[in-house]
Amino acid sequence: MRQILELASVTKTYGSGDTTVAALRDVSFGVEAGEFVAVMGPSGSGKSSLLALAGGLDMASHGEVYIQDTPLSSLGLAELARIRRRAVGYVFQDFNLIPTLTAVENAALPLELEGWKPSKAHRVARNALRQVGIEHLADRFMDQLSGGQQQRVAIARAIIGERSLILADEPTGALDSVTGNGVLEVLRERADAGAAVVMVTHEPRHAAWADRVVFLKDGRIVDQSSVQGDPNSLLVTG
Amino acid sequence: MSIKHSLLVMLQQQQRYGFELREEFERSTGATWPLNIGQVYTTLDRLERDGLVKDMGTDEAGHRYYEITDTGCQEARDWFNTPVAPSTPPRNELAIKLALALSTPGVDTGAVIQTQRLATIQTMQGYVRARREADRENKAEDLSWRFVLESLIYSAEAELKWLDHCEAKMSSMARASRSNAPRETTPSQPPTQAKRTNTATLEETR
Repeated sequence: MRQILELASVTKTYGSGDTTVAALRDVSFGVEAGEFVAVMGPSGSGKSSLLALAGGLDMASHGEVYIQDTPLSSLGLAELARIRRRAVGYVFQDFNLIPTLTAVENAALPLELEGWKPSKAHRVARNALRQVGIEHLADRFMDQLSGGQQQRVAIARAIIGERSLILADEPTGALDSVTGNGVLEVLRERADAGAAVVMVTHEPRHAAWADRVVFLKDGRIVDQSSVQGDPNSLLVTG
Repeated sequence: MSIKHSLLVMLQQQQRYGFELREEFERSTGATWPLNIGQVYTTLDRLERDGLVKDMGTDEAGHRYYEITDTGCQEARDWFNTPVAPSTPPRNELAIKLALALSTPGVDTGAVIQTQRLATIQTMQGYVRARREADRENKAEDLSWRFVLESLIYSAEAELKWLDHCEAKMSSMARASRSNAPRETTPSQPPTQAKRTNTATLEETR
């Protein structure tokens, strides 16, 4: 499998001198195409910093972040913005949608920022909304949608243009369990379709949807789990 | 697990024979708790003795059929109407292990927690994958089985949250212990060998 994201010995510190705080310490891990990775850890363990670095929203103090083999530190601001728009999709806990735009306009935004004609961008956005099961809500504004529907719009915006890396920060945090499962199903399907998905969560039940769970503590990876063997073998207790 | 009541409930629907009862039970619960056929026959004998079921004789294939009695129906209704009693807490090996780890010098309780956390999340990943596979096979329509599977998922989650809680409690105790410690030793009080607590051990290993 092709590696989409790689963090190589990444350290991230904030502040300087006596007030320096290390958010990540010598973290190395990669995510392949088609892989769904969950990141867990207590508050302050570095989860959000890891996601920000993985998406090029922040830069490593030491080490290197690669997206599709491109070292982010080698890029200028314009190139970095371009790779973020084309290769990376973000899903946030509070959706970060624009209330004055409809669902299809929100989903189409990354393509329009790339200079696409609105009509073409909207056609592709409708397709993305169809993939997340809400094409019929395309012309609704955000206050006309439930939390789960808004999160699906946010996922549509994140996957539009076949972006290969999807980063999700507590994407189910504001949703009830049934709606949250629907969102996880969409992320899982994107991974099964070939995207690399990294999701930060504090809910074990949600992390268990992933192929691999990475545990962070005090800025370091302390463990990683993966699904092993035949799951049905777990269901017989004897 | 009440085999007695499970058999009564299945007999409320129709007359059944022993092997059929076992099959129906395992179908409903996704074979999570397999029944020994011997247990089924022993329980049926007791139910008959207590007047809760009647032996209806055998068919041509040799299957011995049972039918629920009015008393048996009442017993099944009472079972559904009565909450499962939180009797003596079952022996929880993990709780015992952590309790002993805390009081045993030289044991890294934080590592014990992390080892368990990893194993439990892997088990949970397996459950979630099994549920998705069942969804693909349309087994999801079988709500009984889905309830059983989700009970396992929620139980595993409860264990993980409890482990998080234990770890957070140990960290806060270690911090409190550090902040309460005297900053320097006076000459009149020669340093004694520091008492090694488990919370301190945890902090040192981070």
